[in-house]
Order: sequence, then C-alpha cells, then structure tokens
Amino acid sequence: MSFLSLFITFFNIGLFTIGGGLASLPLLYEAVVDGGMISRNLFVDMLAISQSTPGPIGINMATFAGYQIAGIPGGFVATLGMVAPSLIIIVLIAAWFTNFSSHPLVQDVMGGIRPAALGLIASAAWFIFREALFVPGTDFQLSLPAAGLFIALGVAYKLKPATPVIYILAGGVLGVFLF
Amino acid sequence: MVLYSLFFKIGLFSIGGGYVMLPMLRLELVEKRKWVNDRELLDYYAIGQATPGIIAVNTATFVGYTRRGIPGAVAATAGMVSPSLIIILAIAVFIPMMESLPLFQKAFKGIRVAVAVLLVSTLVSLTKKGWKTWVDGLLTLAGFSAVVFFGASPFPVILAAGFLGLLLRRHRSVVQ
Repeated sequence: MSFLSLFITFFNIGLFTIGGGLASLPLLYEAVVDGGMISRNLFVDMLAISQSTPGPIGINMATFAGYQIAGIPGGFVATLGMVAPSLIIIVLIAAWFTNFSSHPLVQDVMGGIRPAALGLIASAAWFIFREALFVPGTDFQLSLPAAGLFIALGVAYKLKPATPVIYILAGGVLGVFLF
Repeated sequence: MVLYSLFFKIGLFSIGGGYVMLPMLRLELVEKRKWVNDRELLDYYAIGQATPGIIAVNTATFVGYTRRGIPGAVAATAGMVSPSLIIILAIAVFIPMMESLPLFQKAFKGIRVAVAVLLVSTLVSLTKKGWKTWVDGLLTLAGFSAVVFFGASPFPVILAAGFLGLLLRRHRSVVQ
C-alpha cells in the first residue's frame, strides 16, 4: 500500500468517525482486518494496548495500524490522515459557524447518525467478543475459561468501575493461569 | 509552543479515551489558565461530538484555533497526538516478539476477554445515555444488523443514517 493510499484510507476513517474515538473501530476493522492487512487477534491486542496507554484510542489505533502496514513512517502517515479531517473541519467551523452544533439541520442529521453509530460500535464489539470468547476454528463454541473470565471481570466492573488499565492487567495475569 | 506542550501533557495523561479528557481540559483551560469558561468548553466539546473526528482532537483543534489561529490549531493537534505516536511506536516494535512467546500468548488471550468486557460495558452505558425514543433503538439495531448480518461497510451506513435523521425529524414536525 502506498503512503498516499494509506493517507486516504485513514483520512476517510477520520472523516466518518462521528461521535468519538470508539466510532472509528468499525471503520478501522473493515479497512485493516477485512482488508487483510492485520489479523483479528492482533486487532484486539492493539485495542487493548490503545486502551491502556496515554492518548485518544482512535489515534493510538491509527498509529498502530499504520505501523503494522508500513513501518514507522506508516504510523505517522496514518495518524496524519486520521486528524486531517478534524483540522480542516474544525478550523472552518471555528472561523465561520460557531453555532454549528445547535443548528437544527445538524441536530437532525446527528439524531440519525448517533444511534446508528452505536449499532456500528456494537458490530465491532461483536467481532471482538467472538474472537475473545469462542474457540478458534469453531463457529460458536464458547471457550469455558474465557467465558468464566468474562463473567468474573464483568461482575468486577459492574461492582467497581475503574480505569481500563486495571481490567486489562487483570485479564493478562489471569489469562496466564487460565489458558 | 505553549499550546503544543499543554496538549502534549493532556494527551499524555488521558488514558482510556476521550471521556477521561474533559475533567483534565477543565482544570487546565478553565481553572488554571482562564482561557475559556465552562460554557465555552462544553460548546467546544459539543461541536467535537457533532463533527467528524476524534472528540479529543477536535476539542484541541478548536481551542488552538481560538487562541492562535491556524498555527495554533496545528500546534494543539500535534501536541495532542505526539504522546500516542511516541508511545505506540515504541510498543509496536516489540509486539511481534511478544506474540511469539507462549506466556504472552496466554496473557493476550485473557486481555482480549478484558477488552470484550470493557467494550460491552461502555456500549451499555452509551446506550443508556443515547437512546431517547424507540426509533433510536431501531436505528442502532439496523446499524448493527447491516454490518454483522449483511456484511455492509460502515461508511454507507453512516451516510444513510444521517439522511434518515433528516427525514425522520421532518416527518415528526409535520405530525406535530
């Protein structure tokens, strides 16, 4: 993949990421996993690291994916592509339409996009859930240790929500014993 | 330079996504520096949510632009993404090595489960906040089904949802 097409791919992802960094997940998944550039496992591992290191998740994922595709320059190009739409659009809005977000037309469009984007994030979550909890190579056979860990961590999160790093570390340590 | 280092610091300390960043922005921009007031900050944040791109980056760009014009916007954005670039690239170099070690393979299996837990719980809380009427629930279901059952690309789904949003609101105002 040339640097130009890498830039364009991530520019598109940045342009369609509406409503926060998680909204970039389904787009990234389609571009790099369905596109055959990164394995499903690696995608989930990248997400774990992106959630437990400093910086916005979407930017961390873009840097990671760019690096996997085209080395260190790839990391820079992908990140640049991802933030370029923000820079252009926000500067235009800041210069001319400061009342942008309260405009009725914008609210109507966002009223449609926000709930649908939730569904898209859910689709990425489903792909990740499938990867983490089902036995590899089978269709829908639950891996028992994974399901147990899911319930344990889920209950822990429900009882005492803390920073994601804690759960990712706990998952890693328990994983060594369980799998 | 001040903008770059300020947003570098904010980027460095926001672990776990943009939602963590709002209190941090408030402390630095409203309380310490008095560059903006609470209302303006929430406006920036709202614009960041309603425009393409990552909210954290959008907010940084906005504050940078209002302080120093286009160079300010570029400096603030560059500051925001620099910690990611440095830290992620440093880690990424070691990933292939780690993935070949059995110990890390086991750890990563557990970590993937943790990621699934975090995503599901984030989704639940986003859904609680985001669903106002049953139409919202239907749109979420439609977005999910389009990708999972019909293999659609997320891009056209977003375009279609925006268009539907326009139509639905118009319909609603006609009914009223």
